[in-house]
Amino acid sequence: MKFRLALSCFVLSFHSLLASAGPLEAQLAAYATAAKAANPAFTGFSAARGEKLHVTNFALGKPDTPACTSCHGNDPRAAGKTLTGKVIEPVALSVSPGRYADPAKVEKWFKRNCNEVLGRECTPLEKGDWLTFVSSR
Amino acid sequence: MKFPPRPLALGLLALGFSALIFSRAQAGGGHYYPPVADPLVKEECGSCHLAFPASMLPASSWKRMMGELDNHFGDNASVDPEVARKITAYLVANAADTGGQRYGAKLQRGVDPASAPQRITALPKWVREHREVPDWEWRHKDVRSKANCTACHADAELGYYED
Ligand code: HEC
Ligand code: HEC
Ligand code: HEC
Repeated sequence: MKFRLALSCFVLSFHSLLASAGPLEAQLAAYATAAKAANPAFTGFSAARGEKLHVTNFALGKPDTPACTSCHGNDPRAAGKTLTGKVIEPVALSVSPGRYADPAKVEKWFKRNCNEVLGRECTPLEKGDWLTFVSSR
Repeated sequence: MKFPPRPLALGLLALGFSALIFSRAQAGGGHYYPPVADPLVKEECGSCHLAFPASMLPASSWKRMMGELDNHFGDNASVDPEVARKITAYLVANAADTGGQRYGAKLQRGVDPASAPQRITALPKWVREHREVPDWEWRHKDVRSKANCTACHADAELGYYED
C-alpha cells in the first residue's frame, strides 16, 4: 500500500515533468528513469550534487582538464574558455536561456567532456544532477 | 531635385567597404583566408577552437582528419556520419588546392598534398611566418596553444591574419 502510493507519486511527478514538456524537461525525465533503473533508491536530482560534480578536481581524464571548471570557469554565470582560446557562453540557464534545448547536443558534449575530465562517460544520475544545477543558476 | 543625402552616403560607404574587402581578398596577400561560411561547419568545428579556414589545408588533409575525428588531437570530436559527410564536402570544396587556392596556395609552399598534413601550425610557411614570435609569448597564459590564432590575430574570425 505504502509502496503503491510512493510509486503513484513518482509516476505523477514524472507526468508533471513531461507535461511542462520542454526538451530539457523531457531529457531530465529520461535521465530520471535511467537513474531509477540503476538504483531503486533514487528519489530525485540534486543541484548540490551537480555543483559538486562541476567543481571537483577529478583529474581522471586529460591532464589539462581536471575539472568541468577547467573550461567552463568557476562561476556558472560567467563565460568560460577552452584551452585553445575559444570563448564558451555561460552554462547557467538564467544567463544563457537558449541552452539545453537540443538533447543530441547535450548528449554529445556530456560524452566528450565527461571523458576529458572523468576518463569515462557520466552516469544518468550525474547528468541529471548537473543539468539541475545549471538550471537552478 | 533633392537627394536623400544620408542613404546615398551610407550606400557609398557600404560600397567602399565591400570593395575594400574584395580587393584585399583578391590580392590574396597571404593574410586573408575566408572564414568558414557554412553554419554547420562553424558549429561543429568552431566550438573548441576557431573554425579554421578551409583554405589553410589541402583537400587530402581534411579528408583524413574527417575520417579520424574520434581521435582528434587527443579529443573525441566525432559527429554523425551524415553531418561528417556535409562538413567534409564543404572543407574539401574550399581547400587550399581546390576552391580556396587563391587564398591558401601561399601557405602550402613546400607541402606535398599527398602527405595530408594535419596541422596548419606545422606547415613550413606557417612556421617561417612565426619564427620571430618569442618563446614566452607562446607560453603566455592567454595564448598557451599555437592553434589559439585569435589570441594574436584579433580579426582571425573575420579571416584576417596580419597583426
Ligand atoms: C575541454 C573543455 C571542456 C571541459 C573540461 C568541459 N566542457 Fe562542457 N563544453 C565545452 C565546449 C567547448 C562546449 C560547447 C560550446 C557551447 O555549448 O557553448 C561545452 C558544452 C557543454 C554542454 C552542452 C551545452 C548545451 O548548450 O547543450 C554540457 C551539458 C557540458 N558542456 C557539460 C560539461 C560537464 C558536466 C563537464 C565536466 C564533467 C564539462 N562540460 C567540461 C568544453 C568543455
Ligand atoms: C571537442 C573539441 C574539438 C572539436 C569539436 C574540434 N576540434 Fe579541432 N582540435 C581540437 C584540439 C584539442 C586540437 C589541438 C589544439 C592544440 O594543439 O592546442 C585541435 C586541432 C585542430 C587542427 C590543427 C590546428 C593546428 O595546430 O594547426 C585543425 C586543422 C582542426 N582541429 C580542425 C577541426 C575541424 C575541421 C573540426 C570539425 C570537424 C574540429 N577541429 C573540431 C579540438 C576540437
Ligand atoms: C603568439 C601569437 C600568434 C599566434 C598564437 C598565431 N600567430 Fe600568426 N602571426 C603572429 C605574428 C607576430 C605574425 C607576423 C606578423 C606579420 O608579419 O604581420 C604572424 C603572421 C601570420 C600570418 C602571415 C600574415 C601575413 O601578413 O602574411 C598568417 C597567415 C598567420 N600568422 C596565421 C596564423 C594562424 C592560422 C594561427 C593559428 C593557427 C596563428 N597565426 C597564430 C603571431 C601569432
